Amino acid sequence: MTKARTRVGPSGAASTPGTLPLTLDVDALIDDPSTRIIVCCGSGGVGKTTTSAALGLRAAERGRKVVVLTIDPARRLAQAMGIEALDNTPRPVADVDHAAGGTLDAMMLDMKRTFDEVVESQASPEKAKQILENPFYIALSSSFAGTQEYMAMEKLGQIHAQSGEDGTYDLIVVDTPPSRSALDFLDAPERLSSFLDGRFIRLMLAPARGPARLMTAGLGIITNALTRILGGQVLGDLQTFVAALDTVFGGFRQRAQKTYALLQHEGTAFLVVAAPEPDALREAAYFVERLSEDRMPLAGLIVNRASPAPSGDLSADESMTAAERLRREDPTSLTAGLLRLHADQMRMVEREARLRGRFATTHPQVATAVVPALAGDVHDLAGLRRVGLLLAGGRTQNNA
Amino acid sequence: MSEKRTGDWPQVRLHVVTGKGGTGKSTVAAALALALATRGKNVLLCEVEGRQGIARMFDVDPLPPEERRLTTGLPAEDGTPGVVHALHIDPESALLEYLSLYYKLGRAGRALDRFGVIEFATTIAPGVRDVLLTGKLFEAVERNSRNKGAIHYDAVVLDAPPTGRIVQFLNVSNELAGLAKVGPIKAQSDTMMTLFRSPRTAVHLVTVLEEMPVQETSDGIAELRAVHLPVGGVVVNLIRPQDLAADDLADARSGSIDRDRVTADLTVAGMRHERAIVDGLLAEARDHAERRALEDSQRTLVADLGVPTYELPRLPQGVDLGALYELAASLREQGMA
Ligand SMILES: Nc1ncnc2c1ncn2[C@@H]1O[C@H](COP(=O)(O)OP(=O)(O)OP(=O)(O)O)[C@@H](O)[C@H]1O
Ligand SMILES: Nc1ncnc2c1ncn2[C@@H]1O[C@H](COP(=O)(O)OP(=O)(O)O)[C@@H](O)[C@H]1O
Ligand SMILES: [Mg+2]
Ligand SMILES: [Mg+2]
Repeated sequence: MTKARTRVGPSGAASTPGTLPLTLDVDALIDDPSTRIIVCCGSGGVGKTTTSAALGLRAAERGRKVVVLTIDPARRLAQAMGIEALDNTPRPVADVDHAAGGTLDAMMLDMKRTFDEVVESQASPEKAKQILENPFYIALSSSFAGTQEYMAMEKLGQIHAQSGEDGTYDLIVVDTPPSRSALDFLDAPERLSSFLDGRFIRLMLAPARGPARLMTAGLGIITNALTRILGGQVLGDLQTFVAALDTVFGGFRQRAQKTYALLQHEGTAFLVVAAPEPDALREAAYFVERLSEDRMPLAGLIVNRASPAPSGDLSADESMTAAERLRREDPTSLTAGLLRLHADQMRMVEREARLRGRFATTHPQVATAVVPALAGDVHDLAGLRRVGLLLAGGRTQNNA
Repeated sequence: MSEKRTGDWPQVRLHVVTGKGGTGKSTVAAALALALATRGKNVLLCEVEGRQGIARMFDVDPLPPEERRLTTGLPAEDGTPGVVHALHIDPESALLEYLSLYYKLGRAGRALDRFGVIEFATTIAPGVRDVLLTGKLFEAVERNSRNKGAIHYDAVVLDAPPTGRIVQFLNVSNELAGLAKVGPIKAQSDTMMTLFRSPRTAVHLVTVLEEMPVQETSDGIAELRAVHLPVGGVVVNLIRPQDLAADDLADARSGSIDRDRVTADLTVAGMRHERAIVDGLLAEARDHAERRALEDSQRTLVADLGVPTYELPRLPQGVDLGALYELAASLREQGMA
C-alpha cells in the first residue's frame, strides 16, 4: 500500500471513498534545488500557461532564480508579465517580491524566429538566406504541426545550456504549445525530424544513379503527378528547399535528441495539467503512461478549474426536493433558487470527483493537486499568486 | 420548401461550427445536426481533425473515412425525424480519393503513398491538406445528379478547426497562392471559395462567457468578414443556471441576503436549517453572483457583436447522448434550426 496523505480543506473534500489519490506537494517540488526544469503538459485550454506562470512566480517568491518560457499567454496576462513584445529573450517581470532572494524572468516563444535562428546558426549566410526565403520553409516554420513543439524544446535547450554556463537561472518552467494532445509535445520533434529525414525527401535528394533506377522510375510517376496537381513551379521550390535543408539537417536531429535526453534527466519534472473533464483526463492518462514508457520523470497531475466544493453536506437530491416544495408555494422563492444552485454545484462536484476517482484508480501512483476555478480569468500577478497558493494546497507562505 | 418552421438559416446548406478550443464546438455541431435532421431530412455531420469526437459523443465505433448513417434526428412536433449521417474526413484518404477521381491515378496514387508523398503533401503544405479536406466537404454539399446513388444532403454541419485557424482553413485559394499558383488544385479551390463565400454557407462561433473566448469570437468575426466569409450565429455555451432574480443576485454579492428569511424557508420546506447550512448556501450564492456578474458583462459584449445569438445551459452531469438531444431541442426552440 502506498502512503496516501489526504488533504484537509476545501479542495480535498470531494474525493470518492476508496480512492485517495496521493497529494502533490507543489512547494516541496519547487523548493527542491535539484528541480531544474518543470514542464507543464496537457491538452488545450486546461490551464498550462496559467499554471506555468503561477508556478514560476511562486518559485521565484520563495527564493528560486526562475525563467518561465510561455507559449501563448492571454493578451492581458502577457501585458501583466511584460512579455507582449515578441523578442525571444527572457525579460524580468515587474512587481515580483524579491524578499526571499529569488528572481523571475519570462518570455513568450516566437516560433518562427527560433526556427530562423537555428537555420542561421547552422548554415552559411547565403544558404540560410536561400532557405529562409523558400515558400516551403515559410510554411514549415510557421504552420507545420509540430514546429511549435520542436521550437519550444529548442528554446528550452538553449536557455538550459546558457544558464548552465552563467548560472542566471536555477529553475526553468516550460509551458507547452496548445496542441490537442499532450503527447504532441513529445512526438512532434521526432515527427519533424523523421519528416525531414523521410523517404520522399531522401528520394528527391538522391541523384539518379544506377541502382536507384527503379526508384527513379517511381519518382517519375510521382513528379509527374505532383506537377499535374500543383503545377511545375511548386516542385522546383520543393527541390531547392530540400537540397538547402539537407545541409543543416544533421544539426536538427542532433539538437532534438539532446533536448530529449535533457527531459529524461532527473532534474526535470513533468506536471500534467487537466481539466476535470473526460477528454482532458483521458489525455492525461495517455500522457502519464507515455512518460513512464519513455522514462521521463513525472511529478504529478494538476486538476485545474475544478468546481469549488460547497461547504455543507446537503445532498443534491435533498436540495432539489426542498426547492420544488418551496417553488410550489412561491414560484419566485429566493431560497428555492439557492437550493437549486446548491444542487447544481453538488452534481458538478460529484461528477468531477467521480472522474478523478477513475483516474486515481487506474493511476494510483500519480500525486495530484486540485485547483478550484477562480471566478474570473487569471490575468495579473495577484491572480497568479492566488493560483500558486491553491496549487500548493491553499497553505500560506508562512506555515508552508 | 413546405415546412412552416425553417429556423433562422433557411438558405444555409453548409453550417461551419468554430470557436475557441474546448468551448463546445463538437458538442454544438452534433446538437445542431440533430436539430436540423427533422421531417425526413438527411444531415451530414463532418469532422476533420482526426479525433473521432463524433464516435465518442454518439458512443459508436470509430468512424471510417466514409459516410455512414449515425442516428435518428430530433423529431419534429408531428413526430417525424430525419437522419444524421457522419463523415470523418482525413487528409490522406481524401488525397487518394481525389487522385483516383480526377487523375485516374490508381497505381501512381499508391506509389505516392509508398514514397511518403501523401504524408509530405498533407503535412508540410497545410494549404494542400486544407484544400483536400474542404474539397471533400464541398463535394458533399454540392453533390448532384453526377454522383448517382450517393445521398443528397439537405444540410452539412462541420465540426471545424478552432477560431484561430478557421479563416486559413476556409480561405483555401488564398492559402494555396503561396505554394501552388497554377494547376488544377488552384482552379478547384477557387470554385470552393464561391460556395464558402455564398449565403449558402454560415460560419457559427461557439463561445463561453469568459474574457478570452469572447475576445477571440469578436476577433474571429472581424477576420471572417475581412475575407468575405459569411458569419452565422454565436452560440453561447455552458451558461450557468439562472435561478436567482436580478435583485437577489445583487443582494448575494453585497452579502445582504436576509438570513432569517432563508432559515424560515428551510424550516417550512422541512429541511435542516442549522447555521452552517445557511452559511454554506449564502457563500455559494455570493460566489455564483460574482461569476454571474462577470458573465453578464461578457454577455453585453456578445450582444454588441450584432449577430444572432443562442444560449445553451451548462449541464451539471456532462454531455451524454440524451443530453445532445436536449441541447438540440434547445437550439431548435431558439430558432437556430
Ligand atoms: N452545454 C454543456 N454542458 C455540459 N458540458 C458541456 C456542454 N458543452 C460541452 N460540454 C463538455 O465540455 C467539453 C468540451 O466540449 P467539446 O469537446 O464539444 O469542445 P470542443 O470545442 O469541440 O473542444 P476541442 O477544441 O478540444 O475540439 C466536453 O467534455 C463536453 O462534454
Ligand atoms: N484555476 C483557474 N481559475 C479560473 N480561470 C482559470 C484557471 N486556470 C486557467 N484559467 C483561465 O482559463 C483560460 C485558459 O488558460 P490557459 O492557461 O491559457 O490554458 P492553456 O495554456 O492550457 O491553453 C485563461 O483565460 C485562464 O485565465
Ligand atoms: Mg497555453
Ligand atoms: Mg472538438
